[in-house]
Amino acid sequence: MLYIKCPYCGMRSQNEFSYGGDATVKRPELGTEVSDQDWDNFVYNRKSLRGKHWELWQHLSGCRQWIKVERDTATHEIFKTLKASEEVS
Amino acid sequence: MQKYSIFNLIKNAFSGHQNWDLAWKDPTPKKEYDVVIIGGGGHGLATAYYLAKEHNITNVAIIEKGWIGGGNVGRNTTIIRSNYMHDDNALFSEFGMDLWRKMSQDLNYNVMFSPRGIINLAHSDAQMNVYARRGNSMRLNGIDAVLLNREQVKEIIPMADFSDNVRFPIFGGLMQPSAGTARHDAVAWGYARQADSMGVDIIQNCEVTGFDVVGGKINGVRTSRGDIKVKKIGLCVAGSTNILADKLNMTLPIETHLLQACVSEPVKPILDRVVTFGAGHFYISQSDKGEMVMGGDLDGYNSYAQRGNLPTLQHVLTEGIAMMPFLSKLKMLRTWGGIMDMSMDGSPIIDKTHIEGLYLNCGWCYGGFKATPASGWTFAHTIAQDRVHELNAGYSLNRFNTGHLLDEKGLGTKTWIS
Repeated sequence: MLYIKCPYCGMRSQNEFSYGGDATVKRPELGTEVSDQDWDNFVYNRKSLRGKHWELWQHLSGCRQWIKVERDTATHEIFKTLKASEEVS
Repeated sequence: MQKYSIFNLIKNAFSGHQNWDLAWKDPTPKKEYDVVIIGGGGHGLATAYYLAKEHNITNVAIIEKGWIGGGNVGRNTTIIRSNYMHDDNALFSEFGMDLWRKMSQDLNYNVMFSPRGIINLAHSDAQMNVYARRGNSMRLNGIDAVLLNREQVKEIIPMADFSDNVRFPIFGGLMQPSAGTARHDAVAWGYARQADSMGVDIIQNCEVTGFDVVGGKINGVRTSRGDIKVKKIGLCVAGSTNILADKLNMTLPIETHLLQACVSEPVKPILDRVVTFGAGHFYISQSDKGEMVMGGDLDGYNSYAQRGNLPTLQHVLTEGIAMMPFLSKLKMLRTWGGIMDMSMDGSPIIDKTHIEGLYLNCGWCYGGFKATPASGWTFAHTIAQDRVHELNAGYSLNRFNTGHLLDEKGLGTKTWIS
């Protein structure tokens, strides 16, 4: 069982959250020329890192906010959580 | 190679079974090979076997970080089927069914293939319609499919919940009678033994640390047991695909996720089919030892942990108990997890890459075990001939770029994110 510290609600169990995938993927800017490769990278291609991984979670059964979580994909240790609007430093 | 037969069994009984040959050798890596297969799982071992058998390429090494058969081929729920709707998946899997039927004779190794049939349960009229459509598609591709109504299902699996007040009543099901199960470890060992006997070097406890790529061509592979010169490399590493792709500066349409399975304590024979729950993700069969073998959903987030989390297990088994209430009386014997190479459309990739001499076999999601022979056969063809076979032409890497996705369930990309 993971325990995730929601920046809005505090420490909650994994059961309250749903997973949203790699948080470092950026949607290409609107109104600019976007190559097929850029779209592929946004939609399909993933690094899927072993180790520290910034990812999106939604506190679905809580405040319903999207958050960013830095978690180790091999040990499940959680290092840091941020609001979705906050940049990873 | 020593043939396994009743006569050899009797002969060796006289010496207390102390004088059997080793099933495969433990060679030190040579400096150079024609082909190196990375990953000594079912797919890697099968690929090496078919390279030797079908293409006469025997100067081959299989490099395995751990021990052969220690990954997903030793961790699955052993289900074998070809009940797919799309042509690419159906024809590929049905080709594999044929290899499964002949496998014990072909490998001189009893893989205990048991074509006991698989039933996908339907829990609504709409689902029955979808199953009728899939069944028709299967039959058009020469695969056996039978649409069962509620009464017919009840005759086959009377222990399922057929009471009136359940949340997901059983309306019927789609059965593929020729589907079944096999002894998973025997598949790995059978392929390993035959590949070894034809000259393939099976090198265990050997980790790949890097690649030697010169001018866009494969020139060699660096390992923990020394550098190896080679022009062709086949990558068959399932959940570790992204780790090796990173060493090649490749980013793939693959994420690594954890899938759990479990077995109950052994009980007397009660279930002689493979059954899947249609209102969620749960599948069950009974092993020859009597254990109920069960599995279902991914843990739901990227993971290399090779061990599972209890909330998912609880969720999966809740579905199981809804389908077959007697399961609640059983004790759990064992649970385990493996790391899956989840592709973005749920279908695999068997293809060449932009690097000359680098071949890719990955993206097996939930269904790697049943594909073992067909995957090995087509991957060996792709490597030996340097071109894809028509059976794996649909499993191209660039289909994500061109839009020719093979989305069997019609769920769109990243179907594991729910």
